[in-house]
Amino acid sequence: MNELISNILIGTGLLFSLFGCLGLIRLPDVYNRLQSATKCVTLGTCCIMLSLVIRYGFTDIGIKGLIAIPVLFFTSTAGAHALLKGSHISGIGMWEKSVADHYRDDTTGVADEEEETDNPE
Amino acid sequence: MMEWIDFALWFMIALAALCLVRVVLGPSVADRVVAIDILGIIVVGICVILSISTQKSFLIDIGIAWIILSFIGTLTMAKYLERRKLNE
Repeated sequence: MNELISNILIGTGLLFSLFGCLGLIRLPDVYNRLQSATKCVTLGTCCIMLSLVIRYGFTDIGIKGLIAIPVLFFTSTAGAHALLKGSHISGIGMWEKSVADHYRDDTTGVADEEEETDNPE
Repeated sequence: MMEWIDFALWFMIALAALCLVRVVLGPSVADRVVAIDILGIIVVGICVILSISTQKSFLIDIGIAWIILSFIGTLTMAKYLERRKLNE
């Protein structure tokens, strides 16, 4: 029974990782790619680690897998946030069909809504 | 049930190759850094599946060390991307 639940969790993890990598290939912009890939792949790898805990219980492998889950969760999301802020400050342009850039409005202090995207590359 | 574990291992290796496609194609620096970050997380998943297959527990230690090194590398690249614009 434990092995069946573990295999189902591994399948869920593989599916989420596949969706994350497809988003990394397919989406048009660095910000879209970052949010798709980071969320999906982090959840998929956490599912695989949880399957390790369920399969082996509280042995040494299970305890190490249980420790690795919060480490992966916090470091991955914090690194993605820092990379997003860095690439926005560096001036990498958004997709040409993007409609809002609230971070730029917050940092520059202007709240103009009709302005289109004006930073090509 | 070892066939399912082997299939999962080859599937994760194929996903790592899919990330390397974005490393080659990426038009800017941030795309490549994002792809390398995701590649690190997928390699951690490969380590976990290998530890299921071989029942060795030190592979998860390698995974945790890989997570922390990938985090430090991503923070370094983010700092580099911020500072380059400020110096210009």
